[in-house]
Amino acid sequence: MIGLAHYLVVGAILFVLGVLGIFINRKNVIIILMAIELILLAVNINLVAFSAYLGDLVGQVFAMFVLTVAAGEAAVGLAILVIYFRARGTIAVDDVNRMKG
Amino acid sequence: MISIIVFGPLLAAIIAGLGNRAIGNVPAKVITTGALFLSCVLSWPIFLSFLGGGAEPHVEQVFTWIRSGTFDAGWELRVDALTATMLVVVTTVSALVHLYSWGYMDEDPDQPRFFAYLSLFTFAMLMLVTANNLIQLFFGWEGVGLASYLLIGFWFKKPSANAAAIKAFVVNRVGDLGFMMGIFGVYLVFDTIDIPTILEAAPAMAGSTIGFLGGRFETMTVLCLLLFIGAMGKSAQLGLHTWLPDAMEGPTPVSALIHAATMVTAGVFMVCRLSPLFETSAVAMAVVTIVGAATCFFAATIGTCQTDIKRVIAYSTCSQLGYMFFAAGVGAYGAAMFHLLTHAFFKALLFLGAGSVIHAMHHEQDMRYYGGLRKQIPITFWTMMAGTLAITGVGIPFTEIGFAGFFSKDAILESAYAAGGNGTMAFYLGVFAALLTSFYSWRLMFLTFWGKPRWEQSEHIQHAVHDAHGHGHDDHHAHAAHGHEGHGDGTAGYHPHESGWVMLIPLIALSIGAVASGYAFYHSFVGPEEGAHFWAASTLFFNEHLMEAAHHVPAWVKLSPAIAMLLGLGIAWMAYMRHTDWPARFTAQFYLLYDFLLNKWYVDELYDRIFVRPAFWFGRLFWKGGDEGTIDRFGPDGAAVAVNAGGRVTRALQSGYLYSYALVMLIGLAAAATWAIMPK
Repeated sequence: MIGLAHYLVVGAILFVLGVLGIFINRKNVIIILMAIELILLAVNINLVAFSAYLGDLVGQVFAMFVLTVAAGEAAVGLAILVIYFRARGTIAVDDVNRMKG
Repeated sequence: MISIIVFGPLLAAIIAGLGNRAIGNVPAKVITTGALFLSCVLSWPIFLSFLGGGAEPHVEQVFTWIRSGTFDAGWELRVDALTATMLVVVTTVSALVHLYSWGYMDEDPDQPRFFAYLSLFTFAMLMLVTANNLIQLFFGWEGVGLASYLLIGFWFKKPSANAAAIKAFVVNRVGDLGFMMGIFGVYLVFDTIDIPTILEAAPAMAGSTIGFLGGRFETMTVLCLLLFIGAMGKSAQLGLHTWLPDAMEGPTPVSALIHAATMVTAGVFMVCRLSPLFETSAVAMAVVTIVGAATCFFAATIGTCQTDIKRVIAYSTCSQLGYMFFAAGVGAYGAAMFHLLTHAFFKALLFLGAGSVIHAMHHEQDMRYYGGLRKQIPITFWTMMAGTLAITGVGIPFTEIGFAGFFSKDAILESAYAAGGNGTMAFYLGVFAALLTSFYSWRLMFLTFWGKPRWEQSEHIQHAVHDAHGHGHDDHHAHAAHGHEGHGDGTAGYHPHESGWVMLIPLIALSIGAVASGYAFYHSFVGPEEGAHFWAASTLFFNEHLMEAAHHVPAWVKLSPAIAMLLGLGIAWMAYMRHTDWPARFTAQFYLLYDFLLNKWYVDELYDRIFVRPAFWFGRLFWKGGDEGTIDRFGPDGAAVAVNAGGRVTRALQSGYLYSYALVMLIGLAAAATWAIMPK
């Protein structure tokens, strides 16, 4: 029987994968965006799992909101990326360090 | 009328000074010179009316200045016999110096500024001599000091001129401190600063004591000595004299007006103005006499060894001021004022004449490079001759025939002898100084005007000749260009030129003063009866008995200045005309004495050791140790260093890489979450 713990473990694995995707990835900013999506989805799994477990619909409603925000975030992120690529000709993470102090 | 005399020069100074380049050279010169000649023309009738005995002293109120409790200072113009004497001295010399400067400063790019300063000086000096209270006197006192500073440093691109200007200002501050404390003391004691009131109340205060510097002293002695310190500073008396020779860095007309005829005599004027005050303290009078006599002797000895023509005359001024002071010290204030008047004429004449020589010799000031100028610049020669005859006191004893200095110097020496006590000492020093005066004056004349030309060693002359060759006939030295045949006779092919009439007219006018002012004013100033009558219309204390006694001194006393004069002339003649190797042999023989005199008694070196260096040392201690080492190091500089170091550390965190920011954020989030869910 698949219980709450299994869902939470999957959420945690996805979350860690997302975090590592941000840190270990040195190639491409798109992968960072995907990693952020992964983190958000991991959170969604947690929300839905708790919602089902506790019988409270608020969690699932909240998951919908997160999806909406994630979609918006992806759109804005990709738009910035396109502009950045036009301006700089690269989206390699190691080259994106213009904010160095 | 007195308002026009006093404020005319101020107005002219404001117009010329603020207008400056906007109004141009000629209008500035016309306005200032015009204002001065107007003042001069208006001053003489005032003086003559006092001389004729037909005028009463009066005070013209201008407006109230400060009124606070019992303290009441107004702008008042006092006109009495003493003021009238100073008025003619100041305005006449100043007007002539203005005129002379037209020629002397002709090539200067800053003429409006120069004339504005000259007029400003004249205004301040007139405020000083017309003052009816001590505060206004002090205003004029500082005003002339300021103008003196500005004019000494007029050629501000010369470091030596700036240094001399600062020195004059600083040394005068020392005197002014005494003067200010004197004024404070007078107000403390008399509860007023109104001069006539003070002088009236002074005799009653004689014998009382006052606490000062932790001791108890006689009130009047303390006040008079403090005031006299101010006079010593302004009049360059022994101890505070060091600024005067250095002040020769200024343009020569300035030396003539400020550092010979007028400003430096302010101290003498002040002592005469407050003479009833000084009369109440025997100690103060003794100090005035001793300081005056010492200065008179001291400055004369230095004058004999200087080679710069202006410095010789500067030390001569210092020495003559000594005469005036010891005359005042023995109680012969009339004689002091008389010498002030005659000295103003002949010393201004000598300075302007020296300026004319310097002008002719292309700014060479060293007398060793002069010689044989008699034929080249005859009018300058004859006017300077008149000045020299006046300063050395040439005249026929027992008669009333002589040059200005003959009357005034003899009057001083006779009254010093007649006064006895310290006066006797002053008399002997004065007679010896008269010998030295005669020696250095004739030395100056012989070196400058007689003998063979020694111009070729002078760099200035070499420049002049070189320029004339280079530029052809385009300037007024052009006639030097065809002087090739002149080589070998010491002239270096240079031909001095006589100054223009605008410079010669003041010389001639002043030589009239140098010749005649003694004879003309002798009786009015120092005659026992006429003098008492003349000075009655002023605050000057006129000691009839002393002047009477001075007329009946032994014959040898009357003869002694003339003998001293002839001796000095003889020595100068022998040393600089007959046996020209004497000076060199003398300096080789007595090199210690010569060095001592050449180095001005090492007073400057002494002051350097005692005051200047410790002051610098203290300054450096507080600057390097206190300010830079402590306050700056731990204050502003320390804060800046800390911020910088902190910045360097935090800057390393700003790598610019997204993932490092994300990591930090995550760590922060984890920490925050841990803190939030940690069981309390």
